[in-house]
Amino acid sequence: MKPYVTLSMALFLIIMLGTSSYNVDYGVGDIVSDFTLKNVDGKMVALSDYDDGIGVIIIFDCNTCPYSKAYNDRIIALNKKYATVGFPVVTVNSNNAENSRGDSFDEMVALAKRKNYDFPYLVDDTQRVARLFGATNTPHAFVLKRNGKTFEVAYIGAIDNNSRNGSLADKKYVEEAVNALLAGQPVPTPKTKAVGCGIQWKNS
Amino acid sequence: MKIFILFFAFLNTTVGVSQKPQTIKLHDLQKIINAKTEKIQIINFWATWCGPCVKELPLFEELNAAARNNIQVTLVSLDLDLDPDPEKVYKFIARKNIRSQVLLLDEADPNSWIDKVDKAWNGSLPATIFINQKTGERKFIGKELQEGELEKYIEEMQ
Repeated sequence: MKPYVTLSMALFLIIMLGTSSYNVDYGVGDIVSDFTLKNVDGKMVALSDYDDGIGVIIIFDCNTCPYSKAYNDRIIALNKKYATVGFPVVTVNSNNAENSRGDSFDEMVALAKRKNYDFPYLVDDTQRVARLFGATNTPHAFVLKRNGKTFEVAYIGAIDNNSRNGSLADKKYVEEAVNALLAGQPVPTPKTKAVGCGIQWKNS
Repeated sequence: MKIFILFFAFLNTTVGVSQKPQTIKLHDLQKIINAKTEKIQIINFWATWCGPCVKELPLFEELNAAARNNIQVTLVSLDLDLDPDPEKVYKFIARKNIRSQVLLLDEADPNSWIDKVDKAWNGSLPATIFINQKTGERKFIGKELQEGELEKYIEEMQ
């Protein structure tokens, strides 16, 4: 009996290790692996480039989802408010551009130009980073707090609780999380859910 | 004059054909989810702006049309989360001639209610819940359904 138990446990571990390298699905408190993706200006951007700030607001976003459109100005405003105090925004588009032509690299470049993005808009064409984070929706925010050379997940979820109109939102989750981290306080609401477009995966 | 009457009569009939979906709150939806029914319930969450949702709608329509008495299809639109005006949904239903029951969920603050619908749901669309109240079985599918999958999941619940 015993050898079977150990064998099955070993198999289980192998399977777990095999999948975890691809699908980590971060939770609050997890340490994030570094990643490097191409920005709309053609240059590569790594998470580890942000080693002198307080943290980073990663937002999985896209060109085509009506929720992304509704939140676009709010995302731009987040960077304006927090980049100067060491908490910049980095947006990532993981949508499969083969199915969603409006999410092609050229369209991303055009949107960033049209809206004068002063933060990266990275293309995750292998979808590896979205899978690593466990991002599901657009926009889907991950607030990361820097600890030395590593980044820890401090908040996962929606930007605020009113997709229709940001000025009517009475819970601004990302701002509350960043304000708490800037003040050295615990994040009041570390995880939220929101209605939104699913990320358009390849082969699904 | 006669032409006018005919014209208005025509307008009336076209309006009459397209069903106006009811707007509901979370507690109404929970009543449907928990209804003591012999039927297998299929509750689909969708929106007019959601491409994969619109693509899979015909599967629900076919199932509803073939309606064996033991199946209840409900299409819950979440369009109101982004746009308070239901007119776009009314027009969509008329244009696509949707026959299944459509309801419009009108609830603010999604984080407060998504888990109450299903803990497995991350809030993205489309999403479908299969419920067999007789056996207490429940299945949640958080992605677009392919041809034949509805029947497969129903089969698994019987």
